[in-house]
Amino acid sequence: MTAILKPIATFGRYLQLMAKVFSRPERVRMYLKQYIREMQQLGLDSIVIVLMISFFIGAVICIQMKVNIQSPWMPRFTTGYTTREILLLEFSSSIMCLILAGKVGSNIASELGTMRVTQQIDALEIMGVNSASFLILPKIMGLVTMIPVLVTFSIAAGFGGAYAISFAGILTPEDLTYGLQHSFKVWFVWSSYIKSFVFAFIIASVSAFYGYTVEGGSVEVGKASTDSVVHCSMLILFADIFLTQILS
Amino acid sequence: MIEIKQLYKSFEDKDVLRGINATFEAGQTNLIIGQSGSGKTVLMKCIVGLFEPTSGQILYDGRDFVSMGKKEKALLRREMGMIFQSAALFDSMSVLENVMFPLDMFSSMNLRERKQRALQCLDRVNLSDAGRKYPNEISGGMQKRVAIARAIALNPKYLFCDEPNSGLDPKTSLVIDALIHDITMEYKMTTIINTHDMNSVMGIGDSIIFIKEGLQEWTGDKTQVATSSNQALTDFIFASDLLKKARQAFV
Repeated sequence: MTAILKPIATFGRYLQLMAKVFSRPERVRMYLKQYIREMQQLGLDSIVIVLMISFFIGAVICIQMKVNIQSPWMPRFTTGYTTREILLLEFSSSIMCLILAGKVGSNIASELGTMRVTQQIDALEIMGVNSASFLILPKIMGLVTMIPVLVTFSIAAGFGGAYAISFAGILTPEDLTYGLQHSFKVWFVWSSYIKSFVFAFIIASVSAFYGYTVEGGSVEVGKASTDSVVHCSMLILFADIFLTQILS
Repeated sequence: MIEIKQLYKSFEDKDVLRGINATFEAGQTNLIIGQSGSGKTVLMKCIVGLFEPTSGQILYDGRDFVSMGKKEKALLRREMGMIFQSAALFDSMSVLENVMFPLDMFSSMNLRERKQRALQCLDRVNLSDAGRKYPNEISGGMQKRVAIARAIALNPKYLFCDEPNSGLDPKTSLVIDALIHDITMEYKMTTIINTHDMNSVMGIGDSIIFIKEGLQEWTGDKTQVATSSNQALTDFIFASDLLKKARQAFV
């Protein structure tokens, strides 16, 4: 198969899988149980890493803005203002989702891949369960549900990091607060959430596709996990360009 | 009863099954034997619907599985139970949850009844105390027994076992064989077992088909297998020197 046809064929298989995933659930109660489990596994278990990374990146952005942008010609609130814009518009949605593509994406791909090679998916199929829907739909719904929570925590932790720097004496907390509040547009928060919904769908569905379609053994599961992270990251960056253009 | 008629299966240009005809009766253990690569796993995967046959018919009590629609297949699958080579228990669930899973998905019982039925099945395979454990906390033989309990939870009409003794010691293999045989009799199921374990062949082979290179080479039962004049079967069954000597003494 030529280099052009292969991605088209892969996309076709992805669409076929998604058609199976979004079919009517056999037993809603069981899906809800899975959905709650996935919200915990994919969402709640990611909060600590989101908080840590966002706190330190918020602090670093604040320092960089102060050192590189602030000058006698600029208002004193510039550092706070630019820190907020970076966190709201790009970091807490796009960059955070890139990080989650590594953590959550590899988790989904390796879990489903292992289930495939140990015949657990075959067992579901033989019982008459739509395995694609039963395993993947709760993951997609779970991550899409939890992503606004993670984005909110990320924004808050980023601001926390910036305040930690201000209390260290690099700029005054009053200037930072004024900057964070200056020309604030609520739409930027919504656009951050909208972007993160799309990215969450990409992370869960693409990683699930790579995991679910594994053929072989442990080596292939490892490869699927890597492929899922690479492709999720590329697709998130690609989608970010379009979404930023549309939502700006 | 399951009937296979003129079953062919090819992968690209490789013919794996070349016109298999077989009948698997209810209430007895039907064994499919053959060397690795002979096509017995492909045959079983075609029978349970994990592979689509290239041509031929698979009749479940007269109902053609190959020509069925998705919904009919899903309904028929609820009458099947399968025990995999690797047991294929769900890692994230406890033993009891694994056995309850088919009941949770497809039965109309309430929670108490489902739990009671799952405990009955675990008791049937002598694992009443293992319900709270997870698959990685129990031995390979116990995992196989849990897989049997899960397979019989919905009272299936058809039971499929893909090398159920793989990775087990001879004594545990005998326990698993006896359990499958007893359950088959008890539930009057049509049981098909894929194996190359000679103890199983001699012990529970009520009906045996021997497959070689995708063709049905021989059919019979455990009483005929030792005295068969089929050279390919004899070479397969009595591959080791010890068994060859035993056969010479027997014949």
